[in-house]
Amino acid sequence: MYEEIIRLVNVSKSFNEQQVLQDINLSISRNEFVTLLGPSGCGKTTTLRIIGGFEISDTGDVIFEGKKINNLPPYKRKLNTVFQRYALFTHMDVYENIAFGLKIKKMDSKDIDRKVKEVLKLVNLSGYETRDIDSLSGGQQQRIAIARALVNEPQVLLLDEPLGALDLKLRKDMQLELKKIQQSLGITFIYVTHDQEEALTMSDTIVVMNDGKIQQIGAPQDIYNEPVNAFVADFIGESNIIDGVMVKDYYVEFAEGGFECVDKGFQPNEKVDVVIRPEDIKLVPVDQGMIEGVVESVIFKGVHYEMLINARGLRWMVHSTMMEPVNTKVGMNVIPYDIHIMKKVIAE
Amino acid sequence: MKKHLLAYPYGLWIVIFTIIPLALIVFYSVFTTDAAGIHFTLEHFKRVFEPIYLSVFLRSMKIAAISTIVCLLLGYPMAMILAGKNLSKKSILVVLFVIPMWMNFLARTYAWMTLLEKNGLIAAALGFFGISVPSLLYTENAVILGMVYNFLPFMVLPIYSVLVKIDKAVLEAAEDLGAPPMTVFRRVIFPLSLPGVSSGVIMVFMPALTTFVISRLLGGAHFTLIGNLIEQQFLTTRDWGFGAALSVVLMLMIMFSMGIAMRYEKENEGGGLW
Amino acid sequence: MVKTAIKRIYTFLIFLFLYAPIIVLIIFSFNSSKSRAHWTGFTLKWYAEMFRDQQIMTSLYYTIIIALTASLIATVIGTVAAIGIHNMKKLPKAIMTNLTYLPVLNPDIVTGISLMILFILVKLPRGFFSMLLAHITFNLPYVILSVMPKLKQLDNQVYDAALDLGATPGYAFMKVILPQISPGIFTGFLLAMTMSIDDFVISFFTTGPGVSNLAITIYSMARKGVSPKINALLSLMFAGVILMLLVINNRMSRDNGRKENVV
Repeated sequence: MYEEIIRLVNVSKSFNEQQVLQDINLSISRNEFVTLLGPSGCGKTTTLRIIGGFEISDTGDVIFEGKKINNLPPYKRKLNTVFQRYALFTHMDVYENIAFGLKIKKMDSKDIDRKVKEVLKLVNLSGYETRDIDSLSGGQQQRIAIARALVNEPQVLLLDEPLGALDLKLRKDMQLELKKIQQSLGITFIYVTHDQEEALTMSDTIVVMNDGKIQQIGAPQDIYNEPVNAFVADFIGESNIIDGVMVKDYYVEFAEGGFECVDKGFQPNEKVDVVIRPEDIKLVPVDQGMIEGVVESVIFKGVHYEMLINARGLRWMVHSTMMEPVNTKVGMNVIPYDIHIMKKVIAE
Repeated sequence: MKKHLLAYPYGLWIVIFTIIPLALIVFYSVFTTDAAGIHFTLEHFKRVFEPIYLSVFLRSMKIAAISTIVCLLLGYPMAMILAGKNLSKKSILVVLFVIPMWMNFLARTYAWMTLLEKNGLIAAALGFFGISVPSLLYTENAVILGMVYNFLPFMVLPIYSVLVKIDKAVLEAAEDLGAPPMTVFRRVIFPLSLPGVSSGVIMVFMPALTTFVISRLLGGAHFTLIGNLIEQQFLTTRDWGFGAALSVVLMLMIMFSMGIAMRYEKENEGGGLW
Repeated sequence: MVKTAIKRIYTFLIFLFLYAPIIVLIIFSFNSSKSRAHWTGFTLKWYAEMFRDQQIMTSLYYTIIIALTASLIATVIGTVAAIGIHNMKKLPKAIMTNLTYLPVLNPDIVTGISLMILFILVKLPRGFFSMLLAHITFNLPYVILSVMPKLKQLDNQVYDAALDLGATPGYAFMKVILPQISPGIFTGFLLAMTMSIDDFVISFFTTGPGVSNLAITIYSMARKGVSPKINALLSLMFAGVILMLLVINNRMSRDNGRKENVV
């Protein structure tokens, strides 16, 4: 598809005898917006730091534009990083912060002036050259950190949970701005976050990680619609995960019942995880439903109601724009297409 | 209860035991008593500027400056090494570094007396190699050595406490932007450490300028610094006026040097080191 | 790597520089001859002589008594003062804080001499009492500067919560505020003890005949020349310091339940 720019081959890393990354294999293309997504401790930040040169992997190779850069120090790599807490130089003003990398490259001061102006315009902070870092708000500091990295025109920009400290509205605005910047400049962005919604919004490709291993790589829609295991299904969006048995192709038993589904290729009577998204369960009058249950709780979430239904000894999460009051008997329906079957992940 | 009243007893104490005594010194420096009574005079201050006394001042400043610079050159790398260690080793090393400070400062100076004297260990060790040295004790270098030995921790600790607060991410950011290690030091670490450096310089220069013990014990009875001069006026020659004038000049010198150093210091939350 | 090796060597050299004189001192305190360079044999006689020396023992006594008394008094006055200052309005607070810094920033020779002049003028006989007053004076700032940060860190809401639950201001103070600032009080006390035990110059000028602390005794003995008795004394002092640090460290890590060392 696109030209590959970074490749990680069999990268492993442990700290203090704890295995943080295990056999990571990853290929990143030019102009791609890749997000490393996962819970705290899954290894995503370590992966980013290995790419940036701040950690050295125990095994494996980091290949940049076809060349191994395993031991190359950060100041020799052609990438730049936006740090989680911005890491701005508090003893310099905005101009000097942004110009830092350019001055090291011994650029002409007229050129530096021009580039600083340009990048400040890009992040909507024109005129802030002489401001003190301490006088800026969190969102402004964030944009200066981004400007400081981008002004060096790197091929690849690494971003380590850059929006974590911002309030919700600002976060969502910045997400769109970052995406716009990435597309207009045509740079590769490697973005780390634990926020799945953020990942779904911004990415071309999502790499879901857990426990030091890559769980799934794919486009946002694919990850959402076809999670490859229960972890991914649970991490992205909400899910109901139920123990089931794959009786035969296209037929699964769970919750004391048998249901048609659209998956095949499992062993007869193989134990599986059954995943159904809350928004895929339709509430109908009791007698019309495949499963009958009682409403246990209702929470208004703005976009929809989140209801917990007690049925067949299990608690089902249902999202609907229609509300059924607590203690009502309801029926639940789901079409075969929305019943996802995945192999049980054996805990290590 | 009006809580702020609690501070008034202390306020009274300060007035009696700090402000009045200082006022007395200023008073003695500008007044003299003779047969006609007490009158205002500048003659004490005039004496301060006589060449023989000026040379004492110059010598004290020279030695204090040398000691401060040596402490800075030796202490800054030490502070950097301490700040770079990981957590557990760091606290142990810092404690080990501070323990000699808990020894009485007279004790530390005396320890060097025994090492440096004619019959001391260093002379004996050098003699073993056939090198014979004139006495190391009672020289200017011995005094400088004593100062550096006593005050080195006062230079290291403030610098260390500032360095340790630098967010490691800032250093990584500098590296990320293309700065090799020397440049990171020059343009990020050192500028950020300046408040610590200025604290350290004050905490070394001031006692170095005003000591009389180190000069007496390691420099000998004839090695006179400002401190010795002042001590003599009050205990031996009983010329309080002159001694007071010397003290006032000394205090002004301290205030002046601190004024310069303070410009580099940022707001320090009360407590600093401890 | 070369860099690590250089760092290690440098650290070792600096620590050697710091500890060598002390170690030599301790070793030669056991030397059977008076020589400070040649080892002639192991003996404890200097320690015995030291204990028999009236002058040394008396000054040890005075050092500890003065340090303890001055520190305790300074801690009480200082804590009360810190609370008072903390509750002052901006201007008086700034004035008081700057005045508190004054004895700290003043060279000790000036503090010592100024106090001496004061005592002579008011005809206060110089001796134990005058030295005590002087020690309290220079200890107070250290107590205040240790307690004030803790006061700043205080969560005011906790005090209000106590009042809300029915406590009187006095009770709330004892049960809520005091425990929270007690680390600062303790640090201030320790600091005052350290400054008192270590002090030479101010004591030198404010004491009278017969009352010396260890520092003054060492000074006068050292002026006459080097003697192994002093070595013995200093070695014991050093051991005492180490012991105290170990005790404090033990207490602190037990109290906190976390791994922290004392600085």
